[in-house]
Amino acid sequence: MNLLDSVFIAKASFIGVIFLITLGVAAYSTYFERKIAAFMQDRIGPDRAGPFGILQPLADAVKMFMKEDFIPANSNKWLFIMGPCLSMLTALMTSAVVPFGDTLTLGGVTFDLQGIDVNIGILWVFGIVSLGVYGILIGGWASNNKYSLLGAIRAASQNISYELAMGLSIIAILMMTGSLSTKAIVEAQQNGHWNILYQPMGFIIFLICAFAECNRTPFDLPECETELIGGYHTEYSSMKLGFYLFAEYINMFISGAVMATLYFGGYDYPGVDFVTAQLGATAATLIGMGALIGKALAFVFIFMWVRWTLPRFRYDQLMGLGWSGLIPLAMFNVVVTGLGVLLNQQILVGIGGVVVFIAGIVVYDQLFVKKKLA
Amino acid sequence: MEVSNIWYFLSGLTLLSALMVVLAKNPIHSVLYLVFTFFCISGHYVLLNAQFLMAVNIIVYAGAIMVLFLFVIMMFDLRKNQPESKSNLTKLAGSVVAGSLLVVLIALVRQNNFQTPQADGFVSQTGMVENLGKVLYSEYLLPFELVSILFFVAMVGAVLLGKREAGERNF
Repeated sequence: MNLLDSVFIAKASFIGVIFLITLGVAAYSTYFERKIAAFMQDRIGPDRAGPFGILQPLADAVKMFMKEDFIPANSNKWLFIMGPCLSMLTALMTSAVVPFGDTLTLGGVTFDLQGIDVNIGILWVFGIVSLGVYGILIGGWASNNKYSLLGAIRAASQNISYELAMGLSIIAILMMTGSLSTKAIVEAQQNGHWNILYQPMGFIIFLICAFAECNRTPFDLPECETELIGGYHTEYSSMKLGFYLFAEYINMFISGAVMATLYFGGYDYPGVDFVTAQLGATAATLIGMGALIGKALAFVFIFMWVRWTLPRFRYDQLMGLGWSGLIPLAMFNVVVTGLGVLLNQQILVGIGGVVVFIAGIVVYDQLFVKKKLA
Repeated sequence: MEVSNIWYFLSGLTLLSALMVVLAKNPIHSVLYLVFTFFCISGHYVLLNAQFLMAVNIIVYAGAIMVLFLFVIMMFDLRKNQPESKSNLTKLAGSVVAGSLLVVLIALVRQNNFQTPQADGFVSQTGMVENLGKVLYSEYLLPFELVSILFFVAMVGAVLLGKREAGERNF
C-alpha cells in the first residue's frame, strides 16, 4: 500500500508539473507570438508591462477576467458555456500519453516521466484530437449567430478531412516501429535514429495536418476575420474567449510535443551516454525532458513563423489539398515505407520515394498542365 | 473501490444518457447525449480490458460519425422543420408494440439460463491490440476482408453521388 501511495503521489505531482508547464508555455506563447510578429513586421511589440513587456500575459489575463462576461439573449446558455470548457479539456488531455522523459529514480523509487503508458498511446492522441472539434462546434452553434455557425461548420469539415491524412501518416510510423505505444516509438528512435530520417514525407504530411487541426494560419478558416467577423468565437467575450484562444496555444505546444515524439526522437538528444557518464542518470533524464520541451517550443516557433509568412488558403483550396493532395500522398508514403521495411533499406527507399514523387510531379506538370503564356 | 461498483455506476449512466437521447426535445441535445453514451460504452470497454476497442470507438463514433451528425443537424433550421406530433392512436399502438416486445424479451431471458464466462479460463490479454490483430488476420481473415470491400463499395458510391454531373448545373 505504501508503494502504491508513493507511486500515486509521484504520478500526481508529475501530472501537475506537466499541467503547469503547459499552461505557462501557452501563456508565454501569446507574448512571443506578438514579439515574433513585431520582429517580422519591423515593429517593437509589447514593451510596456515590465522589462521587455514580459508581464504582458499577466496583464492580458487580468484584462480578460475583468471584462464583462456576456451571454447572448437567444443563445443556448448551457451549451454556450460548455463550448470553451470542452476546448480546454480536450486540449489538456492529449499530453497524458506523451513520454516527457526516460525513467527517473528518486529515493529508490523508479517511475516513468509519462502520464499513462498504455499500449494504444498514439490512438489516444488521435482520438482526443478528433474530439477537439466539439468545443468549437458546440460553441459556434450555441451562439445563435450566422457567422459563428459558419465558422463552426468550417472547423468540423476541416478537422474531419485532415484527420484522415494524419492517420495515414501515423500508419507509416507504426509499420516501422511495430507498436502503438508512444514510449516504444521513442525507444526505437534512441541514439540518433530519428524517424525524420526514415519518414521525411510522412513528417511533412503530419506537419501540414497539425496546422489544420490546430486551426492555425494558413488554415485558420474557422476564424477568418475577413469573411466571418470573428468566426466561431464572434459572440464570446471575457475569459470564455480567453479559453478558446488559450486552447489554441495549448494545442500548438502539445502537437509540437507529439511531433517531437513521433519524428524527432522524443527525449533523445546527442551525447546521452556522455552526459550519463559525467553527471549521472537523473541529470541525463532531466536534460532529456528539457530537450523534448525545447523541440516542442521549436515547433511552436515554426507555427508562428508560418503564420506571419503565408497568406490564408481559400476554402476550396483547403479541401482540395486535404482530400486530393495529402491523402493520396500519404497512401504513397505507406507503400514506400512498406517497400523499405521489406527490403530493409528504409533510408534509401524513403529518399527514393521522395525523388520519385518530385519527378512524378514535374513530369505531370510538363505533360498535362497548360501553361499560361506570359 | 470495487470494480462492480464502477460497473453499476457506468451502466446507470449509460442507460440514463441513452434514454435522454430519445427524450430530449432538441435534436442537438439528442446528438450530444448520444456522444456521451458512446463515451460510457468506451468506459465499459476499458473495464473489459479492451483498450483498442475503446480508442477505436471514440475515434470512429464519437470523433467522426457524431461530428457529421451534428454537422448535418446544425444545417437545418430547427424551427421550420419540427416534426408533427403524432395522434393518440399512433402513440397507443406504439406503446403496445414496444411493451409486448419488452415482455417477450424478459420472458426469453427468464426461460434460458445464459452461461456465465468461466473465471479461471479467462485471459485478461484478449482485448489487447496485438492479440486482436492476430485473431482478425488469421481466424477471421475472410470476413474482415469482405467488410473492407463493403466499405470500399460504400465509399465509391458516396463519391459517385457527390460528383458533379456534366452539363447544366441543377443546384
